[in-house]
Amino acid sequence: MSRYTGVTDEDLREMLDAIGVGSLEVLFADIPESVRLGRELDLPQGQSEQEVYEHLSALAGRNRHAEAEISFLGAGMYDHYVPALIDTLLGRSEFLTPYTPYQPEISQGGLQVMFEFQTAISELTGLPVSNASVYEGPSAVAAAGYLAKLETKRTRLVASRGLHPHSRAALATHAAGYGMEVVEVPLDDEGATDVEALAAAVDDDTAAVFVQQPNFLGTVEDLGALSEAGKRTGALFVCAADPIPLGILKPPGELGVDLCVGEGQTLGNRLDFGGPSFGFFAADERFLRKMPGRIAGETRDVDGRRGFVLTLQTREQHIRREKATHNICTAQALNALAGVVYLSWLGKRGLVELGELLLRRTHYAREALGLEAINPGPIVREFAVRVPDLPAVMARARDAGVHPGYPLGRDYPEFSDGLLVAVTERRTKEHIDQLAELVGAPAREPAAAGEGVGV
Amino acid sequence: MSDDTLTGDDTLTVFERSRAGRRAFTAPATDVPELPIEDLLPTGAIREQPAELPEISEPELVRHYTTLSSKNFHLDEGFYPLGSCTMKHNPKLHERVAALPGHARLHPLQDPEYAQGALELMWRLQGALGEIAGLPHVSLQPSAGSHGELAGLLLTRAYHEDRGEQRTKVLTPDTAHGTNPATVTMAGYEVVKVGTAPDGGVDLDDLREKAGQDVACLMLTNPNTLGLFDRNIEEIAHIVHDAGATLYYDGANLNAVMGVARPGDMGFDIVHFNLHKTFTQPHGGGGPGAGPIACSDRIEPFLPIPQIVRRGERFDLEHERPESIGKLRGFQGNFGVFVRSYAYICSLGSDGLKEASGVALLNANYLKALMGEPGIAEYLPIAFDRTCMHEFVLSGQGAKDKLGIRTLDIAKRMLDHSVHPPTVYFPLLVDEALMIEPTETETKERLDHFAEVVRSILEEAKEDPEVARTAPHTTPVRRLDEAGAAKRPVVRWRPAA
Repeated sequence: MSRYTGVTDEDLREMLDAIGVGSLEVLFADIPESVRLGRELDLPQGQSEQEVYEHLSALAGRNRHAEAEISFLGAGMYDHYVPALIDTLLGRSEFLTPYTPYQPEISQGGLQVMFEFQTAISELTGLPVSNASVYEGPSAVAAAGYLAKLETKRTRLVASRGLHPHSRAALATHAAGYGMEVVEVPLDDEGATDVEALAAAVDDDTAAVFVQQPNFLGTVEDLGALSEAGKRTGALFVCAADPIPLGILKPPGELGVDLCVGEGQTLGNRLDFGGPSFGFFAADERFLRKMPGRIAGETRDVDGRRGFVLTLQTREQHIRREKATHNICTAQALNALAGVVYLSWLGKRGLVELGELLLRRTHYAREALGLEAINPGPIVREFAVRVPDLPAVMARARDAGVHPGYPLGRDYPEFSDGLLVAVTERRTKEHIDQLAELVGAPAREPAAAGEGVGV
Repeated sequence: MSDDTLTGDDTLTVFERSRAGRRAFTAPATDVPELPIEDLLPTGAIREQPAELPEISEPELVRHYTTLSSKNFHLDEGFYPLGSCTMKHNPKLHERVAALPGHARLHPLQDPEYAQGALELMWRLQGALGEIAGLPHVSLQPSAGSHGELAGLLLTRAYHEDRGEQRTKVLTPDTAHGTNPATVTMAGYEVVKVGTAPDGGVDLDDLREKAGQDVACLMLTNPNTLGLFDRNIEEIAHIVHDAGATLYYDGANLNAVMGVARPGDMGFDIVHFNLHKTFTQPHGGGGPGAGPIACSDRIEPFLPIPQIVRRGERFDLEHERPESIGKLRGFQGNFGVFVRSYAYICSLGSDGLKEASGVALLNANYLKALMGEPGIAEYLPIAFDRTCMHEFVLSGQGAKDKLGIRTLDIAKRMLDHSVHPPTVYFPLLVDEALMIEPTETETKERLDHFAEVVRSILEEAKEDPEVARTAPHTTPVRRLDEAGAAKRPVVRWRPAA
């Protein structure tokens, strides 16, 4: 008997008697012999809890994690500090182990969390409606594409090259299914989306335009100008956003954005080698009945008490089947809980303070490195620079216990010597100075030496 | 229920608990020049009014969410026989190993050289899932079952297009999970429903008629949502493959057959796994999950990027796969979910997985036998009375006719007995359906208790059906106005004007 089941020999006899069969084997009788495995699975035998712990602990020990080095790696997921109370609250069985709240009377905790989450996302994005979470960032972008198809019946999607490469890839993968074409708009020579190229790219077949704020390089985009250019033929304007900088940046909803989606990892979620985190999906009121995923709504019970339910379920797969607005079922409720707890922990003033700290440290870091900037304009939390002899510089820094950031070459061949440097509140001035010493100084020195010879 | 008896309404949102000036967060000191924000950002980009987030102290924040949590029923508290959801125990070890810094604090773009443990874990999980499914190639990337289904149909599309074929339809049985037809539409195909035969399996004649050259795929769950294993599976596979279509396995019910029969051996080309069902993930009130897929050789070239590969003793991410459908999401998937499910597979091993399926069948058939006893069976007859697999479906038609209470009433009355109701009103072809999946981690005593609860609810309804009709009576709220919520949606809190 394994430790997760509890059938004693006596139970087995009694249960088989009640069923009216002589052995457990008989219960599998409907499976034709010809499709039976007829052997043991080729897997190791079961192990004790302690053995499993030790095996997984040994595997974990072979990963260099964010506390084992000073990391400036971002590019979509960021090493923010996660407060202890999140571990405490998410570890509660009452939040950890329920299913989706199909029975609202015994799920008021989870449903109210969803309602609070939706409120917080609405506040951040400046858009009136939010769902209770989707899987994660890039697939949220793809979900926005699908909404645009349902809404406009058009066939083209226009995406800025400043949109995360994974978002562009996920959009293309999903669009191949729902039968749409994705067209890319280049960045200008300051690393921002080229407004004129965007205006030229949209036409009467364009269902939606996608940009990111800040964009993949950390550039603060001129959302107002972009949305004006993007919407001139009636396309929906979609902004993928990092929620933390939205504390200091003008809300997308005030700048002509119709749908604001994004990756929620930065809100109190662990890095977890890429997931689980959550995606958020906020929209203008007119899209409420076309939204993907669960939405909690406020209502009253028969005694007039305030309560919360899953609402507008006629959008969803379990009710509407092939006419659903999306196929999503299980989403990321626990991760969204971390999100709303984190935002409540930061609070109204804390989110601004954190945003300002990131902004100042990011600018300080770009100055300190003193390298040629790929995006010399306004940046927040991240920026890109050119690093001569990048692989060797990277290797030296890693030997010194510093991860300098994400090399841009794979995703942006035009920036083959590009390095994307991310700054969080965990990266102090001291860390930044160390990075400047390891990455900035070696790159500057040959130039300095050259000048010296000239004199 | 906590101190809210002192402070009034325990349904106050965290926003309503906000008081200007309170805080739980202390910002790290600014150690770089405090340049004015206006010098660093264009004026038009700066937020004028801060987002209206709560202002609340740490103790009040902890109490708020602890109080909310106390209003949730959860698996660690009691029986949760939701059909098709496989609410099995979540071993506590899994939270511990997922939280190890080497897992939880690992950046997804860490160089493979410094993430060998994570990649090896994923590679080992892929191997185990492939062995369980009987299909050699695995991608862990999809984020949930529905995402896996979409991946499966995108793979199907890529496969047919590669062969120069344009197929437009996907077949789904009328017993299918709602995600199947929803996925078909998202993947750009037209849904064609296939009927169910009197024995609960696929209607073969209907299938033969509909499996034409325009059909791309048949999506099937086996055992199906009635909890029945389709005995004609080989013939079904034959018909589908003869038509040139792929056969897709919705893995929601895989818990019935682990180590006994494998989808790949049944003729399926593509499978998705619900790690949050079969391989025990805490459901978190609606996620996270993960929906890895496995496939046969002919589908393999199209799998998403990146793929985990092993080169000698080294593990790596392979990004260059020219025929790939591309990426379904960011990074490599829900790794934290993989850690837990891998731990589960290590704990159970080949012997334990097979035992889990065996006990899942034992528990389901035992509970079905209890439901077949007098006092229950005349009100809630079994919809298809055969040996079931891991779950079975009752019809509430008898209770409706004889007692004047509906399935919904029975479900709501269960809430007063501290058991979670089964899945209700699904599958659609059974009137007043109750779909019951006890899972292998429940003991005989729990099943006996559930049967007693059902019996007592029916007994009570004979005397006074109004008790069930107005249930629940003991929960934090009673029946809620769902129609009103949909008619006048209030989906966020706003301060009183």
